Amino acid sequence: MTRKTLYWSVLIAIIVALPLVFASNTAISLMNAMGIAIIFALSYNMILGQTGLLSFGHAVYSGLGAYIAIHVLNLVGAGKLWFPVTLLPLVGALGAMFFGVLFGYVTTRRAGTTFAMISLGIAEMVAASALMLPGFFGGEAGISTNRTVGKAFFGITYGPPIQVYYLIAGWALLCGVLMYALTRTPLGRLANAVRDNAERVEFIGYDPQRVRFLMLVLSAAFAGVAGGLSAINYEIVTSENVGPVRSGAVLLATFIGGVGEFFGPIIGAIVLTFLEVSLSSFTKAWILYFGLIFLTMVLYAPGGISSLAVLHRPFWKARLLGRIVPSYLFALSCALVLLAGIAGLVEISYFLAESSPGGAMTLLGLKFDPRTVPPWLVVALLLGLGGVSLRWAKRRVAAAWHAASQELLRRVRSVEPTDRSALGREKFTAEQML
Amino acid sequence: MEFFAVSLLQGISYGLLLFMLSSGLTLIFSMMGVLNFAHASFYMLGAYFAYQISRWIGFWPALIIAPLAVGAIGAAVERYGLRTVHKYGHVAELLFTFGLAFVIEEVVRIIWGRAPVDYKIPPELDFTLFTIYSTNFPAYRGFIMLVAVVMLVAVFLVLKKTRIGLIIQASLTHPEMVEALGHNVPRVFMLIFGGGCALAALAGVVAGNAFVTDPAMAAAMGGIVFVVVVFGGLGSLAGAFVASLFLGLVQTFSVGFDISLADLIGRLGLAVGSGSPLYGVLKITLAQTAPVLPFLLMVVMLIVRPKGLLGTRES
Repeated sequence: MTRKTLYWSVLIAIIVALPLVFASNTAISLMNAMGIAIIFALSYNMILGQTGLLSFGHAVYSGLGAYIAIHVLNLVGAGKLWFPVTLLPLVGALGAMFFGVLFGYVTTRRAGTTFAMISLGIAEMVAASALMLPGFFGGEAGISTNRTVGKAFFGITYGPPIQVYYLIAGWALLCGVLMYALTRTPLGRLANAVRDNAERVEFIGYDPQRVRFLMLVLSAAFAGVAGGLSAINYEIVTSENVGPVRSGAVLLATFIGGVGEFFGPIIGAIVLTFLEVSLSSFTKAWILYFGLIFLTMVLYAPGGISSLAVLHRPFWKARLLGRIVPSYLFALSCALVLLAGIAGLVEISYFLAESSPGGAMTLLGLKFDPRTVPPWLVVALLLGLGGVSLRWAKRRVAAAWHAASQELLRRVRSVEPTDRSALGREKFTAEQML
Repeated sequence: MEFFAVSLLQGISYGLLLFMLSSGLTLIFSMMGVLNFAHASFYMLGAYFAYQISRWIGFWPALIIAPLAVGAIGAAVERYGLRTVHKYGHVAELLFTFGLAFVIEEVVRIIWGRAPVDYKIPPELDFTLFTIYSTNFPAYRGFIMLVAVVMLVAVFLVLKKTRIGLIIQASLTHPEMVEALGHNVPRVFMLIFGGGCALAALAGVVAGNAFVTDPAMAAAMGGIVFVVVVFGGLGSLAGAFVASLFLGLVQTFSVGFDISLADLIGRLGLAVGSGSPLYGVLKITLAQTAPVLPFLLMVVMLIVRPKGLLGTRES
């Protein structure tokens, strides 16, 4: 068994086993949401990361795909049409592809800011027409459906959520493989070239506009799969599905995961969906935390989580990671103190803003009155301590990082010439970092 | 005729308000190439600051203090946020302002609550300026127009007639040369960003009490300001002015027309009923399309002329 097949079989085994380990309904619905988000974010990265097109309206494609899928599902339910529910995401894909062709023809004539602005304009127009055309979009209430239609096929009715999980997992795996394969095709490579320098691509005889168009249409199709799956999973599609919030969310997920690596958006989708569900059940201020996390990422790790992973790869391979990790742990503990201070400040302010005057609040099991001095004193102390110690930790991290990269570089240079090619990649990254 | 005159006045005052917002955005864009997604958030901050200050010491001091305070916040955002992100490229800058808009909205929600605040028009301006036909024209609308025009003239004079304006204009096109001549270009950028935010805040101060001051006001205004700037031509102040007035008029006039395509076809002698194909599309009235119209115009403009109305460059 080669290494690749081993990785793949482990991955598939994990995907199959997950709902058996986390069998509660909440866990399964969370994983379902994650699967849909993964397909959506990967499809978005096809245009953002791979083709260099910043779009503010990707939810248009997933949302319209979802609407078409749900209408078809309702037709099936009414007995006017025969179509297996398992293949319904294909309907979403085709529907989204149609709109991808329609809008893409207009938007992909330009790149850069102009593309971003046109995509924003189209997104706003579609979102506004969702409320103007109640026949198709279902107005405020949206369109609801029942996914358990048609004859049961080997006992698969899609009634229990676990069956939907396997449906989503299967489609996510298929789409992931297809999208990865696409990055290896000439079209995928050309898309990267168009992102880096459209003029040169034109010079060697390809039409960048056509490359952008094809990538957008394909990306819309995959977004449509995500839309079709969400129609099945939630059994409702509302105007929110085409709205700007959804478009913004996929942008955040993709960026936080990292646009530079294929697996980046997968991480981003998992992390963000998890944060959204867990934070929103913990605190009302989750959007604020969300925004703050995003700002911190943009400021300090603009390549996303995946770029951090890639950055540490050479150290991992050279077994030097152990020299940096202690300083990271120290910085992490300082960051946690600061975070506790920020969270305390936000929670107390939120409590004061939202609740009626008087009464005590509970935070982490502690009951106190936010109108007295001590809680504020604790918050101020945490903030000050965290802020000061984090500055100190930052210097320690930098020192450890510098020492480890020096060591890495020394090792790379002392390796025999014949072994150099094997270490070429590490050397390249190590020298780039210094 | 009455409808026409009233809509014209309202359209112009709304257009001037739009210009107060879009002028700052355009200045920031032409200087730094950053499309500031959080611009409307600074407009909202202006309104909330003015509300708070006018409760403490009155409206007139707020008119001065609120824009200055917001301008200072804007300068800080540029100094400690945007400048750090700048080296990662334009997308990172754009995303930074995108995230900032989220955070500002939530912070406003925490401090002042979800419901609209009671930010009132000052009593000395709360009277009817004149009456056209049977519609009263409130003095405060006149005041908004006055502030906008004064601001327009002031910005024009500062940019064209002063030394600072000269340096700003030079930094716009030849930042390296200006730096070589001994000017601190990053500081000029910071001033521009702060100044643009202050202009947005001024718009918020005068518009917050004329309309509604609530946490959703930034999102409501953000889209249309973007449209104005893109439509008028990125980086062109004159274009932003023309586009503001044009879009202001388009919005106010389209709200007043209750005509749909179905009516139009009906007038041509063809009957359109609920059974006709595409009836859902045909029965939409022009008034209903009012929120979409600006975006439609922007998309059409970008397709036909990506530079925008009076723009000189694409991005």
